Order: sequence, then C-alpha cells, then structure tokens
Amino acid sequence: MAKIIVVTSGKGGVGKTTTSAAIGTGLALNGFKTVVIDFDVGLRNLDLIMGCERRVVYDFVNVIKEEATLNQALIKDKRTDNLFILPASQTRDKDALTQEGVEKVLDELSETFDYIICDSPAGIEKGAQMALYFADVAIVTTNPEVSSVRDSDRILGILQSKSRRAENGDSPVEEHLLLTRYNPTRVEDGEMLSVADVEDILAIPLLGVIPESEAVLKASNAGVPVILDTEADAGQAYDDAVQRLLGKELEHRFLQVPKKGFFQRILGGR
Amino acid sequence: MSFFDYFRSNKKPTSAELAKERLQIIVAHERGKRTNPDYLPKMQQEIIDVIKKYVSIDQDKVSVQLDSNEDCSVLEVNVTLPD
Repeated sequence: MAKIIVVTSGKGGVGKTTTSAAIGTGLALNGFKTVVIDFDVGLRNLDLIMGCERRVVYDFVNVIKEEATLNQALIKDKRTDNLFILPASQTRDKDALTQEGVEKVLDELSETFDYIICDSPAGIEKGAQMALYFADVAIVTTNPEVSSVRDSDRILGILQSKSRRAENGDSPVEEHLLLTRYNPTRVEDGEMLSVADVEDILAIPLLGVIPESEAVLKASNAGVPVILDTEADAGQAYDDAVQRLLGKELEHRFLQVPKKGFFQRILGGR
Repeated sequence: MSFFDYFRSNKKPTSAELAKERLQIIVAHERGKRTNPDYLPKMQQEIIDVIKKYVSIDQDKVSVQLDSNEDCSVLEVNVTLPD
C-alpha cells in the first residue's frame, strides 16, 4: 500500500511543483519507489521542473480514458532511481479528471509504489479537489505572506471536510506545514511574518522551512529538482524536510540571518 | 531600529505585526463560518421572506446566527421591527 501525499496550498506560485519535485526525489533517494503526479490539467509544468518535458508521450488523462496504459504514461526519471513522473494532460477539458478515474489510477499505482505525490494545481476547483481527495498526508506549502496564509487555512478546512478520510470518518489527513521563500533578514527587520507567526495562525506541525534562495530558480532553469543541489541552502532544507517526513527529528535550520565572517564584513558582498 | 527608538513608548507596530493581527482576525472569522451548514444562507433568506409578508422590514435589520456548542446548536434570529 502506497502512502498518498498531496502537495497543496490554495494560492498559486508558492512553490507546490518545486516542492513536489524535491520531496519526490528525496523519497526516491532514500530508497522508496515514488511517483509524482501532476494534477494541473491544462497547465502542465512538473515535467519542466523535473527536466523530462521532451519525454512526455502519454499523460494522466490518457490513462484515465484508457487510451494508454499506466506503464506507457509513466516516465522513469533519468537521474534518480525509483522515481517516476506521471505528467498532466494539456487538454482544456476541465472535467477530464473524474473521481472514479483518479481512484483507479491511484489504486493501480498503490500496488507497486511506496509513495504517491500529488502535485495540486492552485485554487479550489476540481483539479485541486481531486489532488487532495485521496490523500493520507498533506504538505501545505505556504509563503510568509498574508494571502498565502489565508488560502492555506482555507485548504486546511477543505482537507478536514471534503477529503475521502473526512467523508468516510477515518483518521484525519496528516497535515504538515512547509514554509517556503523564507527570508530571515526581512523577518528580523519586522517586514515578514516569522515561522512562529505562521505556526500560530495555522496551528499545524511544521515540516520544514525553505529559505528564499537563488538555487530554486537555477534548478528550475536546468530542470533539476533543487534537492539535488546539495550545496544550496534550499536543497539542504528540502532534504531535512524529507528526513522529517520519514520520521527523523531534526532541528530546523536557516531560520537566522547568516552571520558574516570577518573578511566578508570588510570586503562586503553577500 | 535606531538607538533612540528604545526610549520611545508608543512604538509603531512593524508591518509583520500588522500582517499577523489582520490574519488572526480574518482567519478566525472564516473558520467560524466554515462550520455553518450549506443551507444556512437560503434558510436565512426564507425566514426574512416570511417576516416580510407580515411586517415591512429592511433586509439588514435581520441577523441570523448559528452557534454550536458541544451538544446543542442554537439558531438565533434577531429582527429589529420598525416603530
């Protein structure tokens, strides 16, 4: 039985796809057979972030409509063993994802995979509802910014009332907060909500804090999940988050303004 | 923050503090609404329509509120009748 993880947020542009790619890769690196599914029908982007856009032949909707088998549609990652991608369709048909169709695909994947990561589209429409409906675990990706925090709270409400677990009266979806684009300098200056502020408002356990980092754009430029950039703070922060997801207890890093060394202070620079 | 700011008594809140305060208010408000059943707005409208049949009242002079405690829910309908 696979564990189904939804990466969701409500608001767009907060880093859902970046997070799905990074967490999926991280789980695969730890030896778990993992598939990342793009639920953003019509606006497929996971393939670009993971660098397999030229290898897409069939997609999620083809599988649901039985125009292709799952094995034909799954793309095996070239860099990381145990990692597969199921791309979204570029169709403009909004109703392409049906609950029965999604369930069938997830059930089939569940037989052979350890983790299924559902990369949710923004908003609270059908695609987002389908992405979270079957989840066992939710990673609520949030920026330290008012609209993102409010939308995350809204999504938490939906997880607690509209997910399969909620409808069946099972144990609730396990909720995790992932704070992304965090800038400790601005927090120190009182210009950005702190980790504690966001935790206070959303009141769910913190999975990780990803610092605002140049490495993220560089990684997406190259189509390499940022977790593979082991030198970068963001890559390391994602790796920590994966370890915590697997049950390890690690202290949160990158929350303080990095102290400048003696030479840096004299010579300037960042 | 400059050295003299430490001696000022009425410090202006930082923008992050402002953000947190605004969020706490709106999130609490929206969470309160979340537990309301879907039929509430329609029922509210129908109650108002019934009252209107007998008394001429303004729409905004009526408030309908549902409070849920542990074992019972209280539906409160507050109508301000004209003099």
